[in-house]
Amino acid sequence: MLRLENLVKTYKTGDQALKSLKLEVPEGQVVALIGPSGAGKSTLIRCINRLVEPTSGKVYLDDVELTGLSAAALRRERRRMGMIFQEYALVERLTVMENVLSGRLGYVGFWRSFLRRFPQTDVDEAFRLLDRVGLAHMADKRADELSGGQRQRVGICRALIQNPALLLVDEPTASLDPKTSRQIMRLICELCKERGLAAIINIHDVALAQMFVQRVIGLRFGAIEFDGSPEGLSPDVLTTIYGEEDWEATIEEADEEEVEAAE
Amino acid sequence: MPVQELKGQKNWQRRTSRESLSHWVLWLIGVAIFAYCWQQISDATTWFFVWDAPRIADDIWNRATPPRWSYFSQLGKPIWDTLNIATLGTIISLIIAVPVAFLAARNTTPSQYIIRPIALLIIVSTRSINSLIWALLLIAIIGPGVFAGVIAIAIRSVGFCAKLLYEAIEEIDTSQVEAITATGASRWQVMAYGIVPQILPALAGIAVFRWDINIRESTVLGLVGAGGIGLQLSSSLNVLAWPQVSLILLVILLAVVISEWVSAKVRGAII
Repeated sequence: MLRLENLVKTYKTGDQALKSLKLEVPEGQVVALIGPSGAGKSTLIRCINRLVEPTSGKVYLDDVELTGLSAAALRRERRRMGMIFQEYALVERLTVMENVLSGRLGYVGFWRSFLRRFPQTDVDEAFRLLDRVGLAHMADKRADELSGGQRQRVGICRALIQNPALLLVDEPTASLDPKTSRQIMRLICELCKERGLAAIINIHDVALAQMFVQRVIGLRFGAIEFDGSPEGLSPDVLTTIYGEEDWEATIEEADEEEVEAAE
Repeated sequence: MPVQELKGQKNWQRRTSRESLSHWVLWLIGVAIFAYCWQQISDATTWFFVWDAPRIADDIWNRATPPRWSYFSQLGKPIWDTLNIATLGTIISLIIAVPVAFLAARNTTPSQYIIRPIALLIIVSTRSINSLIWALLLIAIIGPGVFAGVIAIAIRSVGFCAKLLYEAIEEIDTSQVEAITATGASRWQVMAYGIVPQILPALAGIAVFRWDINIRESTVLGLVGAGGIGLQLSSSLNVLAWPQVSLILLVILLAVVISEWVSAKVRGAII
């Protein structure tokens, strides 16, 4: 469904954020992208929807090649890629409803969106999604009145109302407490399953990633060091991704939680 | 080096001895320049008039009090004109300043090397000339009256508003813009959803702040014939009608106090 071919990103400063990356994500698969800060995780997902222009290489979404698209065609394809951000990136001074509906901007003309006259089907869908994440009663609140977990739920609704085929998720839990982090990760993964969405999730928390995803990709200095199931993350593998450290505790923690979840 | 080893003890000082020496020299030069300038000014001053000042001030105070209250009935229209000059001038200037600000802000300008310098030039040139001088020019062009005052205030305010606004645009949170862009929104939609909500409080604050300043500026525009209460002020001054002058000053004070109160209320309501 998503295919990256020899993707390279070199910043103006000369830093090579991505070194000829090859990656394929089949339909409906949820992938966690782990790696140290500066490994190129954020750059990678931003190169897919071209918030960051890749230097060279190809990105295929189904059969459409994204890197060569014109501005208008790119906007059409962006509608199929929902994005969720670390600091939620909600428009703080707009209401929850406006924030969710802003996910439909790619489908609605300028004046309709400017006058907030979205089609009734969009509004219905927005209410349905807010209800699904448990925020239906918050629709009229301003985004800056919400707590972190609530904001991220609104962010999720905004991404889903685009009716995407792929979710690009950038550190969804980095600003949240451990409990909310798990709830948010669980919610994202559940919704992906419900809707058959593929997702790439950047995440710092290795244990959290192991708990929820089917596939883990380890990135180091812009190159893939590991690609496999969460069980394959041995201390040796984590050492090649992050460097020398005592990894036993991290992995044990994840195992215990899996047992708990199974019970 | 601020840190020195002295008998096994580490000494720390804010400056090295060399730095503190140059500091003292700079202070000395500063004081010398001040003394020299003082002397120059003193030579050019007719001290007789200065020593005389308290007596003259007392004289004017006696002539100006009590204000001529009956004159008040003639001030209603001019102070209304003054308010209108300030308000209309501010509105017109905002209509011009908003697009200029978007063209001047680094993150929204369509072209960094051609349009941005032009926008910055508009900002600098309108800001650099006082509204009184704009009024003088405009009176020569479009004749005396309220309209010249409105345009003078508008032109003078464009640079001020656009400068503050473009700084606000440059300081927006880019992640919100990124998020709206990622939905597939068009350029104008990104502006309406990602940027405008973020700068709206700044825009409202700038507007009432400038309106507040413009009320003060438009009170003097009449001095050069551009309408408003300044016209009464200048004619009263010309005929040495001090009781009228004092009343006009009181009215201006009142208008400014009210405008400050309104703008404080508006700013409080928006943020």
